Amino acid sequence: MSIDNAKKPYLKIKNLTKRFGKFTALDNISLDIFESEFVCFLGPSGCGKTTLLRAIAGLDIQTLGSIEQNDTNISGLPPAERDFGIVFQSYALFPNLTVNKNVGYGLENRKIPRTQIKSRVEELLELVGLPEQGSKYPAQLSGGQQQRIALARALATSPGLLLLDEPLSALDARVRDRLRGEIKSLQRRLGVTTIMVTHDQEEALTMADRIVVMDHGLIEQVGSPEEIYSQPKTAFVADFIGTMNFIPGIVTVNGAVTVGPAVIQCGTTTFKAGDKIFVAIRPEDINAQDIAVDDNNVIEVEIRSLEFMGSFYRATLGGGAFANSDVYADFSINLMRRKSVEVGNKLPVRLPSNFIQVYTANGA
Amino acid sequence: MSDAALTSHISPQPVVKPKLSRDDWIMRACMVGIGSLLVIFIVLPLYTMLSKSVENKAEEFIGLANFNEYFSTPALFQSAANSLSIALISTFVVISVAFVYGYALTRTCMPYKWLFKIIAVIPLLTPSLLGGISLVYWFGNQGVAKALLLGETIYGPIGITIGSSYWVFPHALMIIITALSITDARLYEAADALRTTKFRTFFTVTLPGCKYGLTSAAFVVFTLVFTDFGVPKVIGGNYNMLATDVYKQVIGQQNFQMGAVVSVVLLVPAILAFVVDQIVQKKQVAMLSARAVPYAPKPSAGRDMSMLIFCSIVALVIVGMLGMAQYAALVKFWPYNLSLSFSNYDFDVMDGGGWEAFWNSLEMATYTAIIGTVVIFYGSYLMEKGRGFDVGRKIFHMLAILPLAVPGLVLGLAYIFFFNNPANPFHFVYGTIGILVLVSISHFYTVSHLTAVTALKQMDPEFESVSASLKAPFYKTFFRVTVPVCTPAILDVSMYLFLNAMTTVSAVIFLYSSDTTLASVAVMNMDDAGDIAPAAAMAMMIAYTCAGVRIMHSILSRGLIKHTQAWRNH
Repeated sequence: MSIDNAKKPYLKIKNLTKRFGKFTALDNISLDIFESEFVCFLGPSGCGKTTLLRAIAGLDIQTLGSIEQNDTNISGLPPAERDFGIVFQSYALFPNLTVNKNVGYGLENRKIPRTQIKSRVEELLELVGLPEQGSKYPAQLSGGQQQRIALARALATSPGLLLLDEPLSALDARVRDRLRGEIKSLQRRLGVTTIMVTHDQEEALTMADRIVVMDHGLIEQVGSPEEIYSQPKTAFVADFIGTMNFIPGIVTVNGAVTVGPAVIQCGTTTFKAGDKIFVAIRPEDINAQDIAVDDNNVIEVEIRSLEFMGSFYRATLGGGAFANSDVYADFSINLMRRKSVEVGNKLPVRLPSNFIQVYTANGA
Repeated sequence: MSDAALTSHISPQPVVKPKLSRDDWIMRACMVGIGSLLVIFIVLPLYTMLSKSVENKAEEFIGLANFNEYFSTPALFQSAANSLSIALISTFVVISVAFVYGYALTRTCMPYKWLFKIIAVIPLLTPSLLGGISLVYWFGNQGVAKALLLGETIYGPIGITIGSSYWVFPHALMIIITALSITDARLYEAADALRTTKFRTFFTVTLPGCKYGLTSAAFVVFTLVFTDFGVPKVIGGNYNMLATDVYKQVIGQQNFQMGAVVSVVLLVPAILAFVVDQIVQKKQVAMLSARAVPYAPKPSAGRDMSMLIFCSIVALVIVGMLGMAQYAALVKFWPYNLSLSFSNYDFDVMDGGGWEAFWNSLEMATYTAIIGTVVIFYGSYLMEKGRGFDVGRKIFHMLAILPLAVPGLVLGLAYIFFFNNPANPFHFVYGTIGILVLVSISHFYTVSHLTAVTALKQMDPEFESVSASLKAPFYKTFFRVTVPVCTPAILDVSMYLFLNAMTTVSAVIFLYSSDTTLASVAVMNMDDAGDIAPAAAMAMMIAYTCAGVRIMHSILSRGLIKHTQAWRNH
């Protein structure tokens, strides 16, 4: 949808496998990344996202498969013969060199005149919002400032590809939020193709053009943040991104699902009657307002507990069709006031069928 | 969602062969180069020695006949038993004393800690012979405190044990202090909160916490005493030990085959202790992974006072050893004319090498420090920061660790066998100062290597990744970043090499020639010839030099660190 298929990919990853001894860190991964795109590799620790990034950088070369960058096969090349800039979680700034020397480090051995290096360094420091810090040492700067210097250093040589390995994970929450926006807008401005590895879904959702969700060395789903959030392809993606309720059920003859005594319409076509499945719905999609008498998918439930979350309440629902599987629902403050929602009360809620995902319960 | 992005081809794929960059080639070539040096200067000599032990004098292979002969000679076999018992007793004494001393320095509020720390280092600055010489003046036939021995003689097991304990004390203390320093204060707070008695806390928290350090220290002490040559030579009298046997077989009887056999016997327990220690060390890494809160001792008048008394006694013994050596060096004619003069420092009128020996030592130690530091640091850098080539790097690490298991005397003897052979292309170093430098670097390689590796490991592993992405050649990052950041460790390595090269006897005793006599060897030879006072004077010369270099080193490091590590102060 958002990606124009006619556009030529800038980075082509084909059938990449990486093994460490008997352990398979990447299992036959294929992926295309387009020019000027901001792609996030997202997944829990050990999912292979960093391994994939390091394979792209040539730092840990894959066991099988090929990588093409800008129509050149770079599969076996050492890092120094590839075209990329990289920023690490640890900043990896040279502690004994000033900010100026750090940023200019990659420019020094390219036979560029000294004055030109100086103006390029100034330009980059301006770009990351830290002009006039050039003569300081990294240890004199805050974490956020150091990471910006690392970014400036990575961009100094104008690489075709920018690799960010958990760049924000070592920073305080506030600094992280601000830097998130800054990196994103900088990337837009420069149009540099960027890959960021992160385990933080919020980071991925807010920054990426496309997210690659990974688990156990496999790609679970590739898509825009909206697609990943609203149409998760697998139960893993659904569970990993945001909060998702999984309610066990059984498929009936006409594509409906029985959940305890209730029947839920969810228009699934991929399952046969009798299949054990999970009905998945996000807490904010469970509706407790404006329920008409003839609406389908309405279930009477009991409020087991309420948790104040600031702008809303998270209710734990049980009983009725949900039996003992705790189901979360987010209720607005407004609703709470109007409906006098209290622990122990019974309440009808509706599960709109267009917000329901169905996943197999086999092997879960 | 475009499924075009997720394509899959099913075709048999070839394994990707990483292309090596020019940097990779240079780094690997250099590492293989230094690795080959380690093979030539450590592995091959040892191999030659091992093969000598299974040959007869005509250099024919005779299997284990030499060993048979050795074990059926009661006198020789007795030496092994003697070495073992002395090493075990000394280990027990040193570890007990060093543990209490280290405990006082790290876990109490005893006053004058700084002074006790300085005094404890003294034995490192002197050749192991100095302790023996001092003991002769204290308790020898004409010793001032002979009566204290109640008729026992100092020339024998008593002297060897005291002398050995004196010079290995700082080695054990350093390891124990490190082990006691890395503790988690929260464990003690938890024990307090659970109302555990101090006594029980000590046995359930303190001791288990440093058991790896204690075992490690025990192995170090055992190996050092078991293989030491200097102390038994000076004070051993007729009490034979393995190390003195090697010397007697080789120098006295020119029986090189039997010397090789005794060396092998000497090598076995050293290697055994080394292997066990390596296994113990591996376990310790897992224990230290948690992030600990540093422990700050609280004052306790009774404990602090008793510790002060204990440490004062130990410090007095150390100062007494050094002080007596100094006094003896200045006395005109012990014990008849106790007036002071510098006549004993007039080395040129005595046999043993004269002042020339001192200058040789200085030259040799300087070369060892400079060449050794460059080679060892560069080698550990290549091993630690190289890309790929895992097998090569593992082999290199094993080669670098090996020297720790080889006693100096054994290595020295192995050098004779290897370099004395005219067919050896390196034969030309034989009899020069070069072979002394080589044997010193090889002998003290491991500790220096490990110091460098520790410093390198503390550097962000991504420096090299970033440099590669910026297309900076590795040597640029090495000189601009790695070396400046590691300057403190580099200086430590150079000082360690200098001090050890200056004080070692065992590694060089077989290898000096009449032109390259060393100060430490001169101490031994003068002592052998009965010129004990000049021997003490020469030993003191070594001590002054080492103390001077140590002070210079600390001034220099402070200056250099100020200059190259300005970033640390901000």
